[in-house]
Amino acid sequence: MSKRIPPLAVTAYSATSALGRGVAAQAQALRAKQGGLRANDFSSAPLECFIGRVAGVEDAPLPQAFAHWECRNNRLAWLGLSQDGLPAAIGRVVARHGAQRVALVLGTSTASIGASEEAYRRLEAGQFPEDLRRPAIHTPHSLTAFVAEATGIAGPALTISTACSSSAKVFASAERLIRLGLADAALVGGVDTLCDSVLFGFNALELVSRQPCRPFDEQRNGISIGEAAAFALLERVDAAPMAPRLVGYGESSDAHHMSTPHPQARGARAALDDALARAGLAAEQVDYINLHGTATVKNDEMEALLLPRFSQDARASSTKGFTGHTLGAAGALEAVFALLAIEQDFIPPNLNCGQPIEGADEWIEREPKEQRVDFALSNSFGFGGNNACLAFARAEAA
Amino acid sequence: MPASLVDIAECGPRNEQASGRDRSPLLAVGIAGIGTWTRGAPDWPSLRALLRGEAGWREDAPARPAAGILPSGERRRAPDSVLLAAEIAGQACAAAGREPSSLPCVFASTHGELAITDYMCATLATAPHELSPTKFHNSVHNAPAGYWTIAAQCTAGSSAVTGYHASFGAGLLEAAALAVADDTPVLFAAYDIASSGPLAEMTRTTRAFGVALVLVPGDGALPQLAIAASSPGASVTAAPGCVADLANDNPLDAHALAFLNALAGAGARLTLPAASGLMLDMEIRT
Repeated sequence: MSKRIPPLAVTAYSATSALGRGVAAQAQALRAKQGGLRANDFSSAPLECFIGRVAGVEDAPLPQAFAHWECRNNRLAWLGLSQDGLPAAIGRVVARHGAQRVALVLGTSTASIGASEEAYRRLEAGQFPEDLRRPAIHTPHSLTAFVAEATGIAGPALTISTACSSSAKVFASAERLIRLGLADAALVGGVDTLCDSVLFGFNALELVSRQPCRPFDEQRNGISIGEAAAFALLERVDAAPMAPRLVGYGESSDAHHMSTPHPQARGARAALDDALARAGLAAEQVDYINLHGTATVKNDEMEALLLPRFSQDARASSTKGFTGHTLGAAGALEAVFALLAIEQDFIPPNLNCGQPIEGADEWIEREPKEQRVDFALSNSFGFGGNNACLAFARAEAA
Repeated sequence: MPASLVDIAECGPRNEQASGRDRSPLLAVGIAGIGTWTRGAPDWPSLRALLRGEAGWREDAPARPAAGILPSGERRRAPDSVLLAAEIAGQACAAAGREPSSLPCVFASTHGELAITDYMCATLATAPHELSPTKFHNSVHNAPAGYWTIAAQCTAGSSAVTGYHASFGAGLLEAAALAVADDTPVLFAAYDIASSGPLAEMTRTTRAFGVALVLVPGDGALPQLAIAASSPGASVTAAPGCVADLANDNPLDAHALAFLNALAGAGARLTLPAASGLMLDMEIRT
């Protein structure tokens, strides 16, 4: 059993998704039950499905000084970093601790592979075209290397790429670095953008719905893919005693199958237990669970098995009906939704769910609801049976 | 749009007291087992002999990693990165005498499964609807971690990371931090495979090479590794000349070989990058 960890203050956070740019846009859409999915108008060849596309990325080039980092994923990273006072907050921790004492840990599943795909579509005599002959964007560390340069953060810099749990695990990695004194603060987050690889890849696995995804609905039939950028700044609690806190995290492996979750939720349950143990929290104390809830038949069926652990007053929802499954960005995006639930005493509803699957209906919240949230969890499960669970708390409750 | 995202000058004077003093503590771990694979030196004893100048490259060595831990069906179908990672991880656990089922693991690779990335990009450019579902799920950076945890029945946490040209140091720091923070042995593997297709010109890695270590927390076990932050100007320790071809192939290989060279000898101090702005001092006692 994992030992309890000292909590960390989340001193700034932001998210940009199909719901808009910044936390206020996310909250407004969640409260209005206004989903962000639209018919696919992105892939290089037609594919009938719905996507969570961030508006305006095409019209937001990087500043000239960062032109060598140009690609959709880094544009979305820049848009995400520009919201909710993040630049000033990052500047403050860098000034306070020194750039080398701030860690950068980001999650992504495909980083800027969209740029590599484009290069293959535009090969010139078998070679990448001139404008895409930039090795640093054709590799999974592209996102983190760009953000390091854009922010001036010069401490440990790591990309975690464990598919759909990537940007949940960044919180765990950052907590260890801070606890061990290897860093005094950490910028964590995740960015993934729409690309052919994931649209046609999940389609090949027959996991993409032709309709907007319906998490936890009896009739659900697959995911809608989305894109997002989400970030959080973690510091020791004394830096901001009243800020919401990261109180726990859990990590586990299913040891079962590359693309199908363990049917009895063995790994998911282990990640949940680990998170609760590190937080010193009982399942009955949890007020809100942001579920992984991809809307595949198997994920939601598996994840529903966890719900009876929680009090009947606890509320649970998947927000993927709003944003789509943002893959490597989902962990950080949904951590922001959990933080928002705590700071606004608000349960984000589970969109597109007509008839909740049996056994889950007691917990699945389908309407926006004002309710006190002291403790919130966020689940993220990825290919390879890679599981993570995050626990956040209101400062007064932690 | 600002020219720079974070204007540090606007955020007040830098706290020189905080930033200037060396507060970087040591991370101390023991190395309980070592595994390595590359063509011509398929295990740690072979590579160690080579580094010590006691032997040359083995001409009779297998062209593919044996990856004995994988079920035979999986072994036939597995991508190169999975075979390589499973082979070195299996060697390290066997050398450490540790059951892998309870070892948290950190898998580091600069670029991941380059052959499948090439396949994906080429297929998407010509016939996207024909993309292979198996190749798609094998394209994720954590495919080797996934196959390893399934084969080893490992239910502990597993991670897959990259730090581009600092991937060896960044991954080692992540794994050592995990071992110390959670007071647990940790399996660390770092590897890259050869690139192929048009992407190869951007990634420049031509040979498969990997190293795995079982790290144990604390300062009791030998060989012993102590890690501390170094000054950014420190120069990176070079790999020895006898493996120059391999080291020149890829920075991950170069850094891992410099590290292994210290383990093959009487220990040493070395400096390796963990990020573009962060150098680590490593002291190895054998």
